[in-house]
Amino acid sequence: MDIVGNVLPQVLKDEATEDKGEMARLQSFVGAIAVADLVKTTLGPKGMDKILKPTGPGQEMTHITVTNDGATILKSMYVENPAAKILIEISKTQDEEVGDGTTTVAVLAGELLREGEKLIQKRIHPQHVIAGWRIARDVALKRLRDISSENDIESQEFHNDLVKIARTTLSSKLITQDRDYFADLCVKAVLRLKGSSNLDYIQIIKLPGGTIRDSYLDDGFILKKQITIGCKRRIENAKILVANTAMDYDKIKIYGTKVKVNSMDKVAEIEAAEKEKMKHKVDKILKYQPTVFVNRQLIYNYPEQLLADSGITVIEHADFEGMERVAAATGAEILSTFDAPERRDSVLGHCDLIEEIMIGEEKMIKFTGCKKNEACTIVLRGSSIHILDEVDRSIHDVLCVLTTTVKNRRVVWGGGNSEMQMAAACEEEAKKVQGKQALAIEAYARALRQIPTIICDNGGYDSAELIQNFNVELQKGNLTFGLNMNDGTIGDMQELGVKECMRVKEQAVMAASEAAELIMRVDDIVKCAPRKRDRA
Amino acid sequence: MSLAFDDYGRPYIILRDQGQKKRMKGLEAYKSNILAAKAVANTLSSSLGPKGMDKMLVSPDGDVSVTNDGATIVEKMEIQHPTAKLLVELSQSQDAEIGDGTTGVVVLAGKLLEQALTLLDKGIHPLKISDGFDRACDVAIKHLETISEEIDIQANDNEALVQAACTALGSKVVSKRKRELGKIAVTAVLDVADLARRDVNLDLIKIQTKTGGSVEDTRLISGILIDKDMSHPQMPKEVKDAKICLLTCPFEPPKPKTKHNINISSADDYKKLYLQEQQYFVDMVKLVKNSGANIALCQWGFDDEANHLLLQNELPAVRWVSGTDVELIAMATGARIIPRFQEITPEKLGKAGCVKEVQFGTSNERMLVIENCQCTKAVTILIRGGSQMIVDEAKRSIHDAICVIRNLIKDNRIVYGGGSAELACAIQVLQYADEVSSVEQYAIRSFADALEGIPCCLADNCGLNPITSVAQAKALQLKENNPRIGIDCMELGTIDMKEQRIYETLSSKKQQIQLATQVVKMILKIDDVIAPDDY
Repeated sequence: MDIVGNVLPQVLKDEATEDKGEMARLQSFVGAIAVADLVKTTLGPKGMDKILKPTGPGQEMTHITVTNDGATILKSMYVENPAAKILIEISKTQDEEVGDGTTTVAVLAGELLREGEKLIQKRIHPQHVIAGWRIARDVALKRLRDISSENDIESQEFHNDLVKIARTTLSSKLITQDRDYFADLCVKAVLRLKGSSNLDYIQIIKLPGGTIRDSYLDDGFILKKQITIGCKRRIENAKILVANTAMDYDKIKIYGTKVKVNSMDKVAEIEAAEKEKMKHKVDKILKYQPTVFVNRQLIYNYPEQLLADSGITVIEHADFEGMERVAAATGAEILSTFDAPERRDSVLGHCDLIEEIMIGEEKMIKFTGCKKNEACTIVLRGSSIHILDEVDRSIHDVLCVLTTTVKNRRVVWGGGNSEMQMAAACEEEAKKVQGKQALAIEAYARALRQIPTIICDNGGYDSAELIQNFNVELQKGNLTFGLNMNDGTIGDMQELGVKECMRVKEQAVMAASEAAELIMRVDDIVKCAPRKRDRA
Repeated sequence: MSLAFDDYGRPYIILRDQGQKKRMKGLEAYKSNILAAKAVANTLSSSLGPKGMDKMLVSPDGDVSVTNDGATIVEKMEIQHPTAKLLVELSQSQDAEIGDGTTGVVVLAGKLLEQALTLLDKGIHPLKISDGFDRACDVAIKHLETISEEIDIQANDNEALVQAACTALGSKVVSKRKRELGKIAVTAVLDVADLARRDVNLDLIKIQTKTGGSVEDTRLISGILIDKDMSHPQMPKEVKDAKICLLTCPFEPPKPKTKHNINISSADDYKKLYLQEQQYFVDMVKLVKNSGANIALCQWGFDDEANHLLLQNELPAVRWVSGTDVELIAMATGARIIPRFQEITPEKLGKAGCVKEVQFGTSNERMLVIENCQCTKAVTILIRGGSQMIVDEAKRSIHDAICVIRNLIKDNRIVYGGGSAELACAIQVLQYADEVSSVEQYAIRSFADALEGIPCCLADNCGLNPITSVAQAKALQLKENNPRIGIDCMELGTIDMKEQRIYETLSSKKQQIQLATQVVKMILKIDDVIAPDDY
């Protein structure tokens, strides 16, 4: 109905809804803030974990996830609210882009909107708020870059930086008590990559059993497969042939081919031919003179036996990723045809030692002394699969942050230092700006300051007092101060060695402002009628 | 419902299944149609102008998109009402023809319908109204042409084009970076434009999106970006002086169209077949290799064996390249698309300076860039942004900007924005109205009112007092006889749009007024709606 009371004709489909103006804005604020509040408690070293329990019938119901990782929590949530979906989206992007800070980005966007809502209530036009936020964002990012420092990639300081960053990242995870150990482990793994950001070379194997402390970094490459029975268990100076070829039977690839025979003899003949064909293939493989043969696909008994007879160690059914890693680590080429044995030297991979090892109760194959020494394996141990999954996610985060740092090299002090400095920069700017935008810039500063506040709250400390003292220290010129979450005090981050990757912060601030702006600009929500699903 | 009676007074039915149909006639039909169309226009009106707001649209599957683009909004609203659908088409045809001004056209149609409703209440016949609108439209268009100015698009480092692009981008979520993005769009269009013929083939500009980074990271790649990687992980990641073989046949044994069977009845045959099969792959790779190609792009898939043979022959290859990309690459590199291996010849290869894989973020996604193509006429704009929604919206915005630039290259006449052109037309139409002595006078006057609705709406969206600012601008236009006075949306302190440098193309404005008038006329001609009841 319009204002005069005329009944408007129905324009949208049945069940479709349209919310305008205040109603629309309210909806998006409520949704976004709710999501941000949900992950808020996981922020910081004293953040709590969440249990995610899948819905739906069947076995999956019983598989729960315990996690502290913002992206994982948000990804698994089913939300209806469109604004909430935007927050989930940015958290995902943050995960893909830099790997960490996924909670921060959602919380910061949520806090921005919370501040934005207050401004709207004061009758400030959303476009003014956005204009202010944009100024604030630029000022904040500029300050962030100014306070960051850079060390030479080869230097010991940079190495120390990496360890500190890893420690900081790990401090909010499940393995916080072992963070020194894991920080060292991750830094070693990342440094092996020699500047490349290809995390494929770092393999993570999760094996239940033992304690988290039993996890270790193996400088070789471990394949979670077994060596076929009847082969040598230990090969020194191995020449490895990596293949992706059918070793069960060769399907005829020419279209429309059928085998039709009219007698039992013929069947036998065909069978023999088939066998011969396989033998032929094996012979060709043998011409390459490998000592180890790794195939992606299944290997049937017959060719396996042929290969084993020639003293070749056979590893079958390696998954695709494993294969690529073996190939990359040993410098082998992945073969599918075997007609050029003269290229032997360039296609075969090499490693000093291949042996079957036992980790926990599982047999694995370990390749040591590979041609290309970049690959390594992190073996994670832990008392349950839930813990292992969480440790895996944490390690992944750390590795991502570290590779990002290796690429970008700029670091900032942790413990909320960068947020507080950015907030200070915004406040200084707000004093210079004319017009209503200044209110929005102040609001931006408040939202940034919320991040250390929440970290304090999560630790059960008196956030109001700590943040105030913190601010005073910064005003005094102690620019390296930050929150000491172990003691619930403020302290010098330089002494405590808390550092963070600048790129992660930068991306978080950029993404959060973009998302908040996107939500702020909306004044109309149209929901289409949900698609009808037939239950077939 | 229409019932007729035969000679004996028995009712009979004219429309089939008329009991199940809904029918509206006469004034009721007019009003219902107009109200429905107005409802759509109302939704869009708050998106108009540089301070316009966005709409959040939730699709039937729950996917969210946030946009400011009129055509996209009405398309995704899934409008059901038949008359309201006309407005959807209106916006879409503006999009197809001009590419920009899709919101403005709908808002103008809404304002016209609003005026029509009052006229209907006064008892004026719909056809008189539509006649009046028609005549007023002609006057407005003529006046637009007289106030339009030709600009030199290449002067001052294409400054005019950049400004026009900025005007188009000003209302979008990416407005913060409108200057950078505007420049990207201008460079992209000029790279592919044929200035002699004043023509731009927009197919040559590929817009590729990729979430991550921020809108600032958007860049122009003078080449083609395809979202694919090399078919074998160990193929070289970079090919210099690429000779590209563009294939539309798979690296697999051929599949004849005719249904056939090959019957194998002896072991000998079986062996022969095996050899034959192997030969296929060897031959295929050899044919490509012999032509001198050093990279193969294929629209279809590869068999494992073929894949490895390609690697062995040091022939990097890409599979599953989409059809549109294949065509674009063909245009840019001068390659001929080759449908059969037998037809590969050295002349058919395309040439490019460099083909390489680039990587993004931590998640290991790679894309392929073809740079320095032989016929450099293709460019890619790679759009980055914090989330899928921002990237999508940025894509739509850049598309709008590109369209504006193209229109300017085609026709370099411009009018000034900020509602000034509409206001100038309104004044002209109003003067004309007084000269008309028939009933149409009222309709013509209403047309002028509707045109004024656009600056009104702009002012409203900017938080200004619409009535005061429009009255002020109008008075000043009359006083100074200056058609460039509009609404100061950006609060820059001047209401002369020439100083604010808000450019809009003449073709777009003309098209907006014409299309809106046409649709309104069409809606005004409907006096009977027959629809199934459950519709």
